[in-house]
Amino acid sequence: MSWEVVIGLEVHVQVNTKTKAFCGCSTAFGAEPNTQTCPVCLGMPGQLPVLNAEAVQKTILTGLAINATINLESRFDRKNYFYPDLPKGYQISQFAVPLVEKGYLDIPVGDGEKRIGITRIHMEEDAGKSMHEGLEGVSHIDLNRSGVPLMEIVSEPDMRSADEAIAYLKQLHQLIRFLDVSGGDMEKGQFRCDANVSVRRPGEPFGTRAELKNLNSFRFIKQAIEYEANRQIELIEDGGEVVQETRLFDSAKGESRSMRSKEEAHDYRYFPEPDLPPLRVSAEEVAAIRAGMPELPGQLRQRFEQEYGLSAYDADVLTQTRELAAWYEQLVAAHPKDPKRCANWMANELLGRLNDAGRDIADSPVNAQALAGLLDRIDDGTISGKIAKDVLDAMMESGDSADAVIEAKGLKQVSDTGAIDALIREVMETNPQQVEQYRNGRDKLFGFFVGQVMKATRGQANPAVVNQRLKILLQG
Amino acid sequence: MDIDVKNVAMLARIRLTDAEATELGPQLERIVGYVEQLAAVNTEGVTATAHPHDMAMPLRADVVSNTNQRDALQTAAPKTESGLYVVPKVIE
Repeated sequence: MSWEVVIGLEVHVQVNTKTKAFCGCSTAFGAEPNTQTCPVCLGMPGQLPVLNAEAVQKTILTGLAINATINLESRFDRKNYFYPDLPKGYQISQFAVPLVEKGYLDIPVGDGEKRIGITRIHMEEDAGKSMHEGLEGVSHIDLNRSGVPLMEIVSEPDMRSADEAIAYLKQLHQLIRFLDVSGGDMEKGQFRCDANVSVRRPGEPFGTRAELKNLNSFRFIKQAIEYEANRQIELIEDGGEVVQETRLFDSAKGESRSMRSKEEAHDYRYFPEPDLPPLRVSAEEVAAIRAGMPELPGQLRQRFEQEYGLSAYDADVLTQTRELAAWYEQLVAAHPKDPKRCANWMANELLGRLNDAGRDIADSPVNAQALAGLLDRIDDGTISGKIAKDVLDAMMESGDSADAVIEAKGLKQVSDTGAIDALIREVMETNPQQVEQYRNGRDKLFGFFVGQVMKATRGQANPAVVNQRLKILLQG
Repeated sequence: MDIDVKNVAMLARIRLTDAEATELGPQLERIVGYVEQLAAVNTEGVTATAHPHDMAMPLRADVVSNTNQRDALQTAAPKTESGLYVVPKVIE
């Protein structure tokens, strides 16, 4: 009998505000340790938190984008636990009534879609950073991150495979980047995932789950979930029982180990945060935030397919980020004649070259106007599509315009029929046998003549003109 | 009402001797029992009180207003090194 894996995900997203959730300290990444702290985020006695309006608005925007309910009154609670990177001894979070509830995200599964429920998004604050490596008997603490605003996005246990979990996470990651509510940089800890994993026989109630902590890359998440599901299946098949626990995935070893013993099972003793009255937002504020919602990835994909006639694949590639989509639309605006050619050149040629160079579209040496300039030269017959690829290479290298490259390298296509006719005659004179055979019906030799003429011009002859003139002259 | 005094103390990181735990148990139970009288009140249809003051939360504009005060703030720490707080080793 088969097993079914059941996965629910908790994603911590750092909200990209300039200041922390409850104080005016900067959130800039990479500052000298403990230079962005104050009595509030250090948990000094008597300090009062004041919530960041921007963090509230960005959480509401995210809630609206996942079709969720925005609670016009929500509350903050204290989550109590001891760890040196949590100076107050509690984290301010939303437990009883979160700002956002009951949304969903549709994820691609196979050829179709699957709806993944999102239970809630609540606001909370991040902890500081502990460092242990290379230290004897002590740990070092940097509290610059203490108090940075987070959204915790909690899904329903709706995913049934590691692949579905990854599809959900990628969709969510793309969404928060589109909404510009987070940098989403996983290496900087701006998008962190905990996975609740259990197994069951199909149709039976949920099994006991284990929580996998702090998974910080899509690849590790997949590995960790698959490892955990297999561990539980083997355990049960050997007559054992899964215990509810937190496990830490070791990406180097590809396995997980128990992190907290049962004696210290979570007992956060939540209670209402007395320093913060309820958070009230008006329906008008929510409506204003909704009105400012940017076009979302799915809508953009659909529009690109309909408006520009792109394939589903190209539309998907060009809407991966807001920056890519905007770049494509600039390209089309500069070369409106052929949006499909624009998509081909951008998706296949430009992005391929940028990828090879390890660069982002934002620092592409060729901008949309420059690429449009290259496409114009293909359209007006100055260069062939084949030569254009070499021109693009040179443009990537030098940052020069297409015209400058074509001029400097003398790549201008030969379309002059007089010059091409002369070349064709030359080729015919040096290959009298082939001419004879062609005239006796060996049509296949046509390609040979095209090749010879192109070779004689180092690829610069206009292929359409060559074809046309060859047909006439070979007939004799 | 039966309070696991040792567990409560552990969660609060308070070290108690057995004698202290035995002494505190009944005291804590009396306090909780006192508060529990509230359970007798009929709260049907009454909205839960989120906060003693009926006020909404004032919000702050997202503008950096704090500067680096590390040196001053770290005078309160028992031990620092290169700007980092030094604490007993935390085992994961």
